[in-house]
Amino acid sequence: MSEAVNAAERESMEFDVVIVGAGPAGLSAAIRLMQQAQDAERELSVCVVEKGSEVGAHILSGAVIEPRALAELFPDWAERGAPLNTAVTADEMYLLQNATSARRIPNALVPKTMHNEGNYVASLGNLCRWLAEQAEALGVEIFPGFAASEVLYHTDGELKGAVKGIATGDMGIGHDGQPKDSYMPGMELHAKVTLFTEGCRGHLGKQLIERFALDKDADPQHYGIGIKELWDIDPAKHQPGLVVHGSGWPLQGDASGGFFLYHAENSQVVVGLIVDLNYSNPWLSPFDEFQRLKHHPLFAQTLDGGKRVSYGARAITKGGFNSLPKMTMPGALLLGCDAGTLNFSKIKGTHTAMKSGLIAAESVFEALGKNDSAGQEIAAFTDAFKASWLYDELYRSRNFGPAMHKFGVLLGGAFNFVDQNLCGGKLPITLHDTKPDYAQLKPAAQSPKIDYPKPDGKLSFDKLSSVFLSNTNHEEDQPSHLQLTDASIPIAVNLPTWAEPAQRFCPAGVYEIVEEASGPRFQINAQNCVHCKTCDIKDPSQNITWVTPEGGGGPTYPNM
Amino acid sequence: MATLIIAEHDNSILKPATLNTVAAAAAIGGDAVLLVAGEGCQAVAGQAAQVAGVNKVLLADNAAYGHQLAENVAPLVAELAKSAGFEYVLAPATTTGKNLLPRVAALLDVGQLSDIVSVESADTFKRPIYAGNAIATVKSLDAIKVITVRGTAFDPVAAEGGSASIEAVTAVHDAGLSRFVGEEVAKSDRPELTAARVIISGGRGMGNGENFALLEKVADKLGAAVGASRAAVDAGFVPNDMQVGQTGKIVAPELYIAVGISGAIQHLAGMKDSKVIVAINKDEEAPIFQVADYGLVADLFDAVPELEASL
Amino acid sequence: MLTMQAAPVGLDINAKRQNSMKVLVTVKRVLDYNVKVRVKADRSDVDLANVKMALNPFCEIAVEEAVRLKEAGVATEVVVVSIGPKAVQEQIRTALALGADRGIHIETENSPESLSVAKLLAKVVADEQPGLVILGKQAIDSDNNQTGQMLAALTGLSQGTFASEVKIEGDEALVTREVDGGLQTLGLKLPAIVTTDLRLNEPRYASLPNIMKAKKKPLDVKTPADLGVELRAHTELLSVEPPAERKGGIKVGSVAELVEKLKNEAKVI
Repeated sequence: MSEAVNAAERESMEFDVVIVGAGPAGLSAAIRLMQQAQDAERELSVCVVEKGSEVGAHILSGAVIEPRALAELFPDWAERGAPLNTAVTADEMYLLQNATSARRIPNALVPKTMHNEGNYVASLGNLCRWLAEQAEALGVEIFPGFAASEVLYHTDGELKGAVKGIATGDMGIGHDGQPKDSYMPGMELHAKVTLFTEGCRGHLGKQLIERFALDKDADPQHYGIGIKELWDIDPAKHQPGLVVHGSGWPLQGDASGGFFLYHAENSQVVVGLIVDLNYSNPWLSPFDEFQRLKHHPLFAQTLDGGKRVSYGARAITKGGFNSLPKMTMPGALLLGCDAGTLNFSKIKGTHTAMKSGLIAAESVFEALGKNDSAGQEIAAFTDAFKASWLYDELYRSRNFGPAMHKFGVLLGGAFNFVDQNLCGGKLPITLHDTKPDYAQLKPAAQSPKIDYPKPDGKLSFDKLSSVFLSNTNHEEDQPSHLQLTDASIPIAVNLPTWAEPAQRFCPAGVYEIVEEASGPRFQINAQNCVHCKTCDIKDPSQNITWVTPEGGGGPTYPNM
Repeated sequence: MATLIIAEHDNSILKPATLNTVAAAAAIGGDAVLLVAGEGCQAVAGQAAQVAGVNKVLLADNAAYGHQLAENVAPLVAELAKSAGFEYVLAPATTTGKNLLPRVAALLDVGQLSDIVSVESADTFKRPIYAGNAIATVKSLDAIKVITVRGTAFDPVAAEGGSASIEAVTAVHDAGLSRFVGEEVAKSDRPELTAARVIISGGRGMGNGENFALLEKVADKLGAAVGASRAAVDAGFVPNDMQVGQTGKIVAPELYIAVGISGAIQHLAGMKDSKVIVAINKDEEAPIFQVADYGLVADLFDAVPELEASL
Repeated sequence: MLTMQAAPVGLDINAKRQNSMKVLVTVKRVLDYNVKVRVKADRSDVDLANVKMALNPFCEIAVEEAVRLKEAGVATEVVVVSIGPKAVQEQIRTALALGADRGIHIETENSPESLSVAKLLAKVVADEQPGLVILGKQAIDSDNNQTGQMLAALTGLSQGTFASEVKIEGDEALVTREVDGGLQTLGLKLPAIVTTDLRLNEPRYASLPNIMKAKKKPLDVKTPADLGVELRAHTELLSVEPPAERKGGIKVGSVAELVEKLKNEAKVI
């Protein structure tokens, strides 16, 4: 169906502010906008669209949360019942040398940014559910189950080219692209200002960065993939508030990353592995690295006898300060992980995403108070951002990721210790990491194959039984939301050169090479997709584009 | 202590589901009384009298009960339960039993336990909830326990060997609320997936859609429905509506034959309650063998035609 | 009863008569069907903390059918009722967004048992005097499949369970039911109770404007005491356990052996 037909059928609604994505950045912005409107006794209409079937359904994070931004949003967050229930009680850091041994790193040698006193082990999904309740109580309209599928631009007049809002996706389109009986055209949501807070590698954010060349002065963005599981464990082994981080085994060669094991409430722990997506070996499978990681005694001693409750994966924007694009454009702002405000030296993005939303809300509210605020570029945001603790924090941490990439875990770690602990992030040099992650893969023939052990069904599992626990579902009869620019590339290029790495970097079993009598065939099981966006990032041919499926599809994460 | 059991029948033949329900009554203990309510259903009463373990058959033969409309049969059952002092009223968890029994329970002002799969004690039963993903143990607090019984959970009693007396019930209840208009017996030679007694399903190992013809031939011989795994549907071999599994249809036939299906958990979620599972797969490591009662490691293109020939 | 041969005038008269009909629909808040249920560690129940809740799919079909009857000019008003804690208002709003006109929330601490629900609904039926009540055939949590039938008993109305088609003709509802082995059509004297099966219709999506409008539609809150109903327990939940895991059986060496086992050991063919 042509866009023209769509546009003709679509109805529109007008808001002051439309926010894309009900994560920490978007919800913080929505709440702050309404708080200001109430204080100023001004009418304000704020709408949040969320592609998950409910707020929190697509949220996946560690998470150890630093409450700084939350406290700015709600100084009385504890009295209001924000679900930060488990204060961090102990920090431990390890370097795994091999499958059986680990070396504890003394706290004095751990970069300061990795210390977690005053922080909380929490479910970011539950925090977002709570933020959504607060937002709705303030009058924000939140629409879960509606995916923003398209950016709308002003097409004429003074504002030509400025962002005008978004359109939600059509519902009820069959796999053949034809409307079904249930067809409901998308809606246009017009706004004076649109905030894009889709999280890492937002598919609209990606378009905006390109269209407005927002990254022209920035290093290429860098990413990781985080894979996480939630476990019920033996209460005798449970130490609420214990936070364990580390790196090393099983990642080998130039592959880097880090693991986490957090003891949350109710005899549950979360365990996860972040693999930096700049790895070069196409045989690497982040999923399988994570599965074998759990057999290390450091994890097995905690998980043995426990039961896995949930599974999920999500890409992480980790380029930090050097990779941060310009965040303003006419009519819109790009915030949180959609832009890349995560502080990798703390492996935390929640407080920074929230803060970016708060700053945006304040700049936007001020702009809305003036005439002709629609479609303008809110330059005041940039000044407010530069004056904020967020900017300072990101600036101090700017070398953390590049140091790891350039010097490896050990030397990079030493650099970071010096930079963060001795110099407070003020070393007068800036390291740059200028090669995009997708360009790092070496040909399969030049890379050692990795022989992953079979899952034992107790500590380690296969991909499909993992996806099962993510409660992922998509309406079956709809076009694939994983689009190939050139359908021949997987078999003609990726398979011979990199042994089609999508089979391995996807943590949900979406991509398969199926051997048939007529030769290999590239199969996309779009229904399995947990919306992590790794394929969009890591495909060496940059041939896979992740677009929004029908609203409500995807994982339904509980407590993640 | 006595149990009133609603016989499942079509006015000429006593349906096998009745035998499973009598078995559940036997697990409870006490006298078992079968009620045959219908029109011109004398023959059914005769069959019911021969069912092993049945003490008495009540025959309510009247035009008002011809199509077993719940509006007419429910007052009859409630009246019998009360007047004859039955402590239990049981019916098979078929569409007929499910339609009738809650109406009876409400007339008696008692709750109902649906779809029980085991008898734990005189007042405590197990029943599946959340589509069988959890099993609840439930105790009835009512004086009269109204229960529907999942047939596959109880081995049927023998259809013959009993010699119960047949007693006519003359009470006629005609509520005049509903009338039978017509019926359409599923005319497909092959049953619907969710209602089939036997299902044969193919996975990606089938190679293509045309090869499903191999399964259809077996299905024709067994009166089976043909299903598919999601992998086969995703590969475009067969349409969506054939899919068995978490996102497809949940089935629990007496016999499930999985052919060329690896056994991903999403598929198992849709068929694990089948009574007997057979797996035919050439990969002996396939997870399907972990749940199969009978596994055959073989090339399906040899095994399936051979299976068809030997049926 | 009207036949196809009737004059157009007759159709009009008939339409007017039907036009006074109110439809009552019930909705239940249940665990979302995409979410895997998990039994609590102490086996007291299933764990519903922080999991996504949703409108029971069969109830959604009931709402859709009622709204279609209204759109077809057969029904004049669609009233949606739900019973449970305050959170069920979310599902009432969903039904209102799908096209129901107003809501009734009967507030109770927990989700009551089927018979109690039926008793409460019977009072609502007495108050509202609907021409048709449509319920889901069962809720996907308790899987009881009872409430509609019980409500029919308590109100003394006709029942059409597991409906795959509902037609209103004159003072009768023609309900096609999905029964074992086929379809059965009954003529039900109105007012009637209908419960929905999956194939009755495919529910629509709620649109954004309708979701916003739904927030402003009327919603009455009542208590069982307001309705004069005393809730009583008929069952006690002793424990909940995960289903027994299936164990692998035996490997057979040949097709002949397989057929022999299926015939003589498993006795399924």
